[in-house]
Amino acid sequence: MEKPDLTNPKNFHSPINVSGMDLDLLIKFYESMSMIRKAEDLLAVKRRDGFIGGPVHLGAGQEAIPVGVSPSLNSSDFVFGAHRSHGHLLALGSSLHKLFAEVLGKETGHSKGMGGSMHLWDEPSGFYGSVPIMAGTVPLAVGAAISAKLRKSSSIAVAYLGDGAVEEGIVIESMNLAKIQKAPILFIVENNLFASHMHISLRQPSSYISRFADASLVPSHILDGNDVVEVFKTARNSINDIRSGQGPQLIECLTYRFYGHVDWREDVDVGVNRSMEDINDWRSRDPIKRLTESLLEINETIEDKLNDLNDELNLNVQSAWELALEDPFPAKDKLLEGVYA
Amino acid sequence: MKTDFGTAILSGFDYLLENYPEVFVIGQGLWSPWYVGTTMTDLDKKFGKERVIDTPVSESACTGAAIGASLTGMRPIIVHPRMDFMLYAMDAIVNQAAKWSHMFGGQAHPGVTIRGIINRGGEQGAQHSQALHALFAHIPGLRVVMPSTVTDARDLLIASVLSPDPVIYIDDRWLYSQTDELEEIVELDLSKEGPECLMEGNDLTLVASGFSSMQAREVCDLVANKGISLEIIDLRILNPFDASKILESVRKTGRLLVVDGGWKACGMASEVISSVTEELELGALKSKPLRITLPSAPAPTSATLEREYYLSNDRLIDCIINLVR
Ligand SMILES: Cc1ncc(C[n+]2csc(CCOP(=O)(O)OP(=O)(O)O)c2C)c(N)n1
Ligand SMILES: [Mg+2]
Repeated sequence: MEKPDLTNPKNFHSPINVSGMDLDLLIKFYESMSMIRKAEDLLAVKRRDGFIGGPVHLGAGQEAIPVGVSPSLNSSDFVFGAHRSHGHLLALGSSLHKLFAEVLGKETGHSKGMGGSMHLWDEPSGFYGSVPIMAGTVPLAVGAAISAKLRKSSSIAVAYLGDGAVEEGIVIESMNLAKIQKAPILFIVENNLFASHMHISLRQPSSYISRFADASLVPSHILDGNDVVEVFKTARNSINDIRSGQGPQLIECLTYRFYGHVDWREDVDVGVNRSMEDINDWRSRDPIKRLTESLLEINETIEDKLNDLNDELNLNVQSAWELALEDPFPAKDKLLEGVYA
Repeated sequence: MKTDFGTAILSGFDYLLENYPEVFVIGQGLWSPWYVGTTMTDLDKKFGKERVIDTPVSESACTGAAIGASLTGMRPIIVHPRMDFMLYAMDAIVNQAAKWSHMFGGQAHPGVTIRGIINRGGEQGAQHSQALHALFAHIPGLRVVMPSTVTDARDLLIASVLSPDPVIYIDDRWLYSQTDELEEIVELDLSKEGPECLMEGNDLTLVASGFSSMQAREVCDLVANKGISLEIIDLRILNPFDASKILESVRKTGRLLVVDGGWKACGMASEVISSVTEELELGALKSKPLRITLPSAPAPTSATLEREYYLSNDRLIDCIINLVR
């Protein structure tokens, strides 16, 4: 049976299929997605209210992707991101306080206050950098995979990129190189149908991007990126294959961002083909909402547990923020330090 | 009525699209109000989406395509909302556009205009801040244009597009809000344009381009109050570079300060100082020439470091006073 169109926001509003899944793992998914959502909602408000000086690209609505992928990774893997990478990093279990500190430009941040929201680095979590030049990290991730292969380690590389980034020719080059080198890399394309203001239908002849993988014979999967269980299962299988030496794969996750391209606004006005109706439809496909509904279907009494969890997360997010606010800015002599090793 | 710099650019586009059917514009963000400030607002609605093309995120292909169109009878303008993004198009610009005229015996004319916007500050950091004019000014075959005044914003854009050569037109968003009276449009021959004196003075020749020229104009009165008379020369055309007006000025003032929004090493400030001093008579200088540039580091994000990184008017005034003293 052919799947309903994943790009149509009227589809996929119902609870996700969790049958056969371990309840504790599902609750972990819920916790991780909720933590990322709360962190980003807070960043939105703080950016609006002038606490944050630089741009923040929020991924609210897309949490199921990194949360579904990350349980199959470990800290010796190499994960690369882009401008919208808070969730990629947090899903690895990385410190929220350090993320907030970085966004605020504090010395205690992930990049020691030198990078801000768009330039994140956390080697202990296996996060090898995110940058806002589109597709800038994609060939670097291929290089990390080649490095893992040459050193005969079991590490793999993960490159998160968007549907817009795929339009940079370097992505095609990277997939071809990865394939011919049998490099252990998973390309994860978060297809949220937009590159800043432009809907994919104005940029590409098809709304699905995995066709680019076909050209390099990179096996690919298209899935509902707002279904954390589907992401989890697909990523687990792909990562197992990649770790066992079978070469690169690509997973295309259809999703949508609730905020506009940058900062806290919905950007209906600047988005070509972005409407409030679509945003509301996509809110009905909210990955957290759908997982919650599935959990409640299993067991109604879980609601209390989820409420407690939410209270705890709210406290954690708030205290991480307050801690970061108190932290110092980098000293002035840091300006010229670190240009060279 | 006064017009702001951003609107002056818009009126340049308007004039070109209105009067030259072979002009078209291609680049990212052209159908959205926020990508390029107010400089291209509603051009797509007025002239149609066929001639004002918003694109996939493919700087390399779009720039190459604009060059190809220019070889075959069109006058395209390719717009890069940030210079940093333009680096994906380096082959198209440096190996192709800059080379084709000479390499094919003067028969090929890639008369493309490549607009790169400098968009820095606001804690955007290392990859969203660069002022790379010197990088392009290094390349023979490219004309590099950097307007600083409201009139130049419009008229040098028009001259760039009418030029048969590849032109890098660089505008800095920090200039957009300045306002001035706009005169009637004059179609300039870009090959005849060069540095211009914006302010006459006797104590110090201050050479700058783009936003740095505006800073120079801003501090001019303040240092005049302290008894220092500045002569300000705005570079306007960075390549091919003509030092003659600057040389003349330095002969008069005996002092040379170059303020540049790029880096020091192999930068535009270095080019100005060497071009002038290698021609200048020995003993003509009353003090050593000075470059004020960015520190030799990528742009930081943290607000506290950003304040150190970019030149403030106060620091500029101090440098001027020290130099003249
Ligand atoms: C080389 C380059 N070109 C253009 C941009 C401007 N830009 C920033 S994000 C973006 C769109 C990104 O779209 P996508 O890859 O789908 O990621 P999303 O924002 O949807 O997460 C663009 C065009 C950039 N940062 N880098
Ligand atoms: Mg996208």
